Amino acid sequence: MSERIIELRDIKKSYGQVYALGGVNLSVDRGEVVGLIGDNGAGKSTLIKILSGVVKPTSGDILVRGKPVTGWSAARSRDAGIETVFQDRALAVQQTIVRNIFMGRELTGFMGWLKVNKEIEEASRLMREIGFTSKVFTPHSIVGQLSGGERQGVAIARAIYKQAELIILDEPTTALSLTETAKVFHFVRQVRASGRSILFIGHNIHHVFDIADRFVVLDRGKVALTADRSEVKSAEDLINFMEDVAHPGGLPGLHEDAEQRA
Amino acid sequence: MSKAMEPDLQTPLGRTSGQAAKEWSHPSNHWLRGFVLDNRASLGTLAVFIVMMAVFIIANPTVFTTWYLYSSVLTTLPVALFVVVPLVFVVTCGEIDLSFPATMGFASWVFALVVQAGYDPFLGIAAALVTGTLLGFLVGSLVVYGGLSSLIATLGMNFLLRGLIQIINEGKSTALTNLADSRAYAIFSSQLFGIPVQIFWAIAFVVFSALLYNRHRFGAQVKVVGDNPDSAKQMGIDVKLVRVKVFVFTGIGAAIAGTFSVMINFTWWPTAGDGYLLPVLASVFVGGTPTWGGIGTVVGGAIGAVTVSFIQTGVVAAGLSGFYVQFFNGLIIILSLLGHKWNQARYR
Repeated sequence: MSERIIELRDIKKSYGQVYALGGVNLSVDRGEVVGLIGDNGAGKSTLIKILSGVVKPTSGDILVRGKPVTGWSAARSRDAGIETVFQDRALAVQQTIVRNIFMGRELTGFMGWLKVNKEIEEASRLMREIGFTSKVFTPHSIVGQLSGGERQGVAIARAIYKQAELIILDEPTTALSLTETAKVFHFVRQVRASGRSILFIGHNIHHVFDIADRFVVLDRGKVALTADRSEVKSAEDLINFMEDVAHPGGLPGLHEDAEQRA
Repeated sequence: MSKAMEPDLQTPLGRTSGQAAKEWSHPSNHWLRGFVLDNRASLGTLAVFIVMMAVFIIANPTVFTTWYLYSSVLTTLPVALFVVVPLVFVVTCGEIDLSFPATMGFASWVFALVVQAGYDPFLGIAAALVTGTLLGFLVGSLVVYGGLSSLIATLGMNFLLRGLIQIINEGKSTALTNLADSRAYAIFSSQLFGIPVQIFWAIAFVVFSALLYNRHRFGAQVKVVGDNPDSAKQMGIDVKLVRVKVFVFTGIGAAIAGTFSVMINFTWWPTAGDGYLLPVLASVFVGGTPTWGGIGTVVGGAIGAVTVSFIQTGVVAAGLSGFYVQFFNGLIIILSLLGHKWNQARYR
């Protein structure tokens, strides 16, 4: 059995009286792509924030490589090899790709002078690693000249620097066109091929279905379904399941729709 | 959702990753085109300067062959350069500093006091630098930690510091006649092969700062902070510290500029530095540093300073009356801004 990078056990998080998460179990193994699906307000963002250490859970255990950790924080999360690519694409768009990849951790030598050639070398290596190369741009290209999908590529390249073992992608394909989405998926596949694990959060079930080895459906702060890819026949299965979870009694319109599709 | 709408996710970029490695190349492989693309703002500024000088020279060719004309510009230009360059950092960082004229006056006042008291001018320079650093830190802290608008807060500090100077000195200037014989004067303010030596120090400062801007962690962080402070913070950059540092840098530059201006005239006036506010700001923007932060050019700013300081000399030398100076100042600023607008795109 492959190594378990991180495991959450019975994680609860409440804001006052309101439970955002009511006992969630989630684990990610090495080299695995886990697709996390859920409607707005299902608790996805809270879960990501707990994983990246920004938010502390009210109760529950966090295990890194099988060992329980105490004092979980953003720094501890990074030390554990967890990198998060946030939804808002935190890039400086007027700067070059190199400057974005090394933002806040510039490669410097004597007295803080930049090791320009080393940075370019490293940036090229990272971008090759995720299959992010092109005839039209170089590590010197300005990020603002890139398309949405390519910008995600820069963010992903930045995330995999420093032996990151688990990359959390928070809705990386939101607001992207189909071709741009395809580019992001291309990068994600390359990251998986390099042996790293990915937690892919998405609204679009088709997107998540195409990329993930395992699905976790979150509903109102609880895990409603965990399924391996082999157990789910099609994206429609997942959609139907989510509709059932969301509306147990069934909404007439929705169900007729689903039946027609099936 | 129909399946036909789905993207082709298996071969998204239409090629396999194995061959991808060799596909790096610049838009143009020719170094000259790459150079032009990377330096378009400063080259644009240079073009403005050349065209302006051409017009002046055509208007009156003989005056522009006399060395005296250039010598006078080269004496005063360095003072402006020492503040224009740090201001490029400030504007890139998304801030503005209008307090540098008072800092120039304050730091050079300290210099004048030390020299007048009979100490070595080098000690005076050191004292001026310390004063500039402290004032820069004060102004920067006020803006950054006090959470004030840099436009208004630095304007206020400019009045406040200048007011302090005026209150204490009651408008009286300080003559420093013993400065002419000092070693410091020989090093910083004499002539070398007939060229005012200040310009060499100013060029060294510009080169050092350009390297700081493009090849140092400080410059890299200044640009990132000006571009996207949230992102910079997320990536672990101490955004506030970087902001304070650009104000300290301006304080140091203003101290050097103030000291140089005193050494040129052998006299310190309570108004020292006041006349530099608008020409220096104009130089930064004429030089091609945009107002919105994130990018800029140190060399462009320096060429901008050269352009602005040649306007007055050029207008008079070309045979026009002094009344034309302001008009040409405005014309050059507006034309430069239009040129830069056309020359550089803003990415969001």
